[in-house]
Amino acid sequence: MRHHKLALCAPHYGEWFVVSTQRAIEKYKMFTRAERVLVAVSGGKDSLALWDVLTRLGYATDGLYVGLGIQGELAYSDQSLARIREFQAQHVPDATLHIVDVQETYGKTIPEIARASSRGHGKPCSACGLTKRYVMNRLAAERGYAALATGHNLDDEAAVLMQNTLHWQTGYLARQAPVLEAGEGLARKVKPFCRFYERETAAYAMVRDINYVYDECPHAVGNLTNFYKTLLNQLEAQSPGAKLQFYTQFLKARRAGFFDAPSSDQIALRVCDVCGQPTTAPGRCAFCRMWDVAAPPNDALELGNALSAQDAWTAASARVAENMDLSDL
Amino acid sequence: MIEITFRHKKFEVKENMTARDALQKIGIDPESVLITVNGKLVTDDVILRAGDVVKLVAVVSGGSAIAR
Ligand code: SF4
Ligand SMILES: [Zn+2]
Repeated sequence: MRHHKLALCAPHYGEWFVVSTQRAIEKYKMFTRAERVLVAVSGGKDSLALWDVLTRLGYATDGLYVGLGIQGELAYSDQSLARIREFQAQHVPDATLHIVDVQETYGKTIPEIARASSRGHGKPCSACGLTKRYVMNRLAAERGYAALATGHNLDDEAAVLMQNTLHWQTGYLARQAPVLEAGEGLARKVKPFCRFYERETAAYAMVRDINYVYDECPHAVGNLTNFYKTLLNQLEAQSPGAKLQFYTQFLKARRAGFFDAPSSDQIALRVCDVCGQPTTAPGRCAFCRMWDVAAPPNDALELGNALSAQDAWTAASARVAENMDLSDL
Repeated sequence: MIEITFRHKKFEVKENMTARDALQKIGIDPESVLITVNGKLVTDDVILRAGDVVKLVAVVSGGSAIAR
């Protein structure tokens, strides 16, 4: 049983974890040592553990942190960035950390945009997800990274799978995979930890002395993913291995073509009129539409919304460039 | 009695039961935590003895839907 791996002593557990990650990278043909990988880091255990493991395996990695401006009592975003910087100094001193602060770049924090736009029914998660996906994809694609790696673990994947299955979201099911291939303007997306239980990534962070953000984002309280995680944990308690089986059997069925969604594959990708990023809708992409709604009534944005996102991005890129070599600080 | 700490809360359980049973007693999902005894990570079949300092660490992700 997998949970017996935790019985290994700390150094051996760490070794097992690293070797297993390498096996997943090869199994799903994620990337090679000749390629550059961008690791999306949030300050949580999974993404920091991922950056650590890939570095130990000898991959050329850089990090990307998207500053969301979510504070609350915990100063969540500030705390996250502090943990990431601390981690970087200790574990990956030679790597670059890209920082895109949403407020500095686009003028509002995530909770502010969420309030100003009609997305999300009062919860910032929809605006947050859209913004993170956009920024991460764009930076990875424009800077020529071979892949964008995220720290999603088995519990995350199984919870999303359950949610998508209960609603028979065939389009989402067709696209849920350890690797999503690159497309025009779209970075390749990989999840090297997709076969690790959440407890296993947490245990790795612990044995490696990674100081991560223990608190959840204040907006995660009561979210559906956590609800499904709890359900799946009950299943796991009754039937150990159930989560892994649920997920891997799905991948098998997916490979066999059960979830081929020709219609979604055939949707022609267009180019956003504003930012040039790929989009399925004509005109502006969802990101540019949202930011327009959320934009403060200042002249530049009113006169030419076509300028807003592009200018903001250029300014952000300059700031990213300034922050490029945090390792030198 | 053994004291178990989890997120600023304290629970008490009898000694000489497994960590898994102890978690069940206090109503904590064993999949959602890591168990440390005297500062060391242990598996949930370990038997808790008098004098052990037991701390639980939550494993749930930071809530970030994208960059975990
Ligand atoms: S819980 Fe919602 S607001 Fe918080 S990081 Fe996740 S998606 Fe963003
Ligand atoms: Zn756009």
